[in-house]
Amino acid sequence: MATNGTRPLLLRGGHVIDPSTGQDGTADVLLVGGQVEAVGTGFGTPDDAEVLDVSGLVVAPGLIDVHVHLREPGGEHKETIATGARAALAGGFTAVCAMPNTDPPIDDPAAVGFVRAEGRRAGFARVYPTGTVSLGMKGERLTLIGEMAEAGAVAITDDGRPVADAGLMRLALEYARTFGIPVAQHCEDHSLSAGGSMNEGIVSTRLGIRGIPNASEDVVIARDLLLAELTGGRLHIQHVSTRAGVAMIRDAKARGVSVTAEGTPHHFTLTDEACEQYRTEAKVNPPLRRPEDRAAVIEGVGDGTLDVIATDHAPHHYDEKEQAFEDAPFGLVGLETALGVAVTQLVEKKVLTLAQLIERMSCAPARAFSLPGGTLRRGSIADVTVFDPAREWTVDRTRFLSKSRNTPFEGMTLRGAPEMTIVDGSVRWRRNA
Amino acid sequence: MNPAATPLGKDLIGLERLTAEQIRGILDTADPFKEISERAIKKVPVLRGKTIVNLFFEASTRTRISFEFAEKRLSADTVNIASTGSSVQKGETLVDTARNLEAMRIDMVVIRHGSSGAAQFLAERIPSNVVNAGDGRHEHPTQALLDMLTLRDHLGRIEGLRVCIVGDVLHSRVARSNIWGLTKLGAEVAVCAPRTLLPIGVEELGVQVFDRIEEAIEWADALNVLRLQLERMQAGFIPSLREYNRVFGVTRERIERAPRDLLILHPGPMNRGVEIDSDVADGPQSVILNQVTNGVAVRMAVLYLLAGGAPDRAEAAKAEG
Repeated sequence: MATNGTRPLLLRGGHVIDPSTGQDGTADVLLVGGQVEAVGTGFGTPDDAEVLDVSGLVVAPGLIDVHVHLREPGGEHKETIATGARAALAGGFTAVCAMPNTDPPIDDPAAVGFVRAEGRRAGFARVYPTGTVSLGMKGERLTLIGEMAEAGAVAITDDGRPVADAGLMRLALEYARTFGIPVAQHCEDHSLSAGGSMNEGIVSTRLGIRGIPNASEDVVIARDLLLAELTGGRLHIQHVSTRAGVAMIRDAKARGVSVTAEGTPHHFTLTDEACEQYRTEAKVNPPLRRPEDRAAVIEGVGDGTLDVIATDHAPHHYDEKEQAFEDAPFGLVGLETALGVAVTQLVEKKVLTLAQLIERMSCAPARAFSLPGGTLRRGSIADVTVFDPAREWTVDRTRFLSKSRNTPFEGMTLRGAPEMTIVDGSVRWRRNA
Repeated sequence: MNPAATPLGKDLIGLERLTAEQIRGILDTADPFKEISERAIKKVPVLRGKTIVNLFFEASTRTRISFEFAEKRLSADTVNIASTGSSVQKGETLVDTARNLEAMRIDMVVIRHGSSGAAQFLAERIPSNVVNAGDGRHEHPTQALLDMLTLRDHLGRIEGLRVCIVGDVLHSRVARSNIWGLTKLGAEVAVCAPRTLLPIGVEELGVQVFDRIEEAIEWADALNVLRLQLERMQAGFIPSLREYNRVFGVTRERIERAPRDLLILHPGPMNRGVEIDSDVADGPQSVILNQVTNGVAVRMAVLYLLAGGAPDRAEAAKAEG
């Protein structure tokens, strides 16, 4: 079903929303030679163009997820670069940033090149590698950040773990400035969260599960905002889950600190009550928190404090989640539910307009990680997501293209679904009837 | 028989999900069962033909033996599996263990596990009745039931009693089960411990918190003194055992200042001279050994009820066969 990218593609009559240009209305989009050729009406169409009628659907710059775990190398039973990139297409994402906490970790230029090459070979969504901050993710010495950036790493992060040492984090922020890439941080103080499996609160007390307090995230957010201010480096705070975290980021932005931040669909949808009955699908790090934290994440996504919606797609094989709660790994899959969850929780509830949603899921991620895309401006890459904001569907994990099924959204009825995902001017995924 | 149709449902996971009526039903059933242990031939055929597996992933001598006595006195066939030397040590997952047991056509599983939720995990995956003999920091329902039976024996009631749980509430499954059970039966419950050993939001479980043991003693009708696991000191939750004894220890001097007779319970094993002094543990107010005796009766009651028995038929069941 994939069209030939060399043939021009005309998307006719869709509701084109491109926050980067302010476009928001019915228009045609012409993609030629892997680039956006024209957006509007009345322009000439090449004779050999393939014409697709997308009336009634939203046409947006391709969605970008800056936070996914593709598990290759080392965890291919959970996901591979190819299966993850295919799941991304099915979720409406034209590009994803692969986290480097694989086994072995992506901590040198060759490993970065491997991820990039496998992503290209797969030919699904674009796969942008990231590299680790520290060698072996040991938190001791910086990696070859410059060479990794040259090999294609779009950010550095020890995600899965925090950079615990403040001095090393300072160096990373300073050093990465040279290469114009952000340092993405998983904010967690292990001395405060040690051994915890869910949010610390009345639910963890009742279940008898060791808890992770908000403070374990907040102290690192506070520290890193100060370090970003000190160094002028680009800080990207991943998966913010706490009320205080959102407030501190808001204040830092007002002071002019160079910081971007993520809100995830699970943190703006669920609370720690999802862990009741010891449901391991809801075990995620940072943990699902209290209703007031969830409200703060929604507010943060709403006012742009959390610029980016990212999934933290973390696939695990079913038997790894089929354990007692404290023994199961952290993480949930998010690529194929993100758009529906976001439309349902944010657009339907009037937290965001559709244009603002596209800003959070496409334009802002592209800016935060300096990626091509996130726009339909003439001459930009021809990555486009076509989705139906009104389509109602029920999450059925047996239909996921991801290798893993660990979702807490199973059975949830959502509104909003991708219809067509176009990368480099060719339709790489399309909904079956 | 439909297992869910028993007075307790299919499983006994914890007291949080039982009603006051169900809890009273267990205690009322345990009462007549106490007498079986006083007989010359301590055996009735209530569970004859039933196969029970005691699955202990964590070392626990007294709980395991108490269950085993209960099972044998009810004439069940029992098998003990400990994690040491079993397939569990070879990396077999809990779900695989469960499936293998099920394939051997057993009727009940008594499980002790270091992870909270392990008993429920098992109960959701096998049709056998599952009894939680302690899961992580979550619940230890039969211990709380035997505590309540002992309180009722000695004080004649649960309702209106003031019971203070003293010690490491944070890591204690016994504390959680006691809090659920006692509050459901109308007792007032308090906890007393250094704040490092109290879980966040414990007040929201309907208990009051005492920072000083003297205040707890002043308030309470009974103290349930928890074992202080010595590794908590190494983990930094308390600075030293000596300091713990000086600040929170249940000592004779403190007990003597109580305004009323105080019942002293302890789930054992005790650290004498740490959380409790010997002359309190062995003193006239201590009912620690009565707890052990009642433990067997309570476990017999639970097994009998899960097998489809009813509290009002317990007396008759003893005479059958």
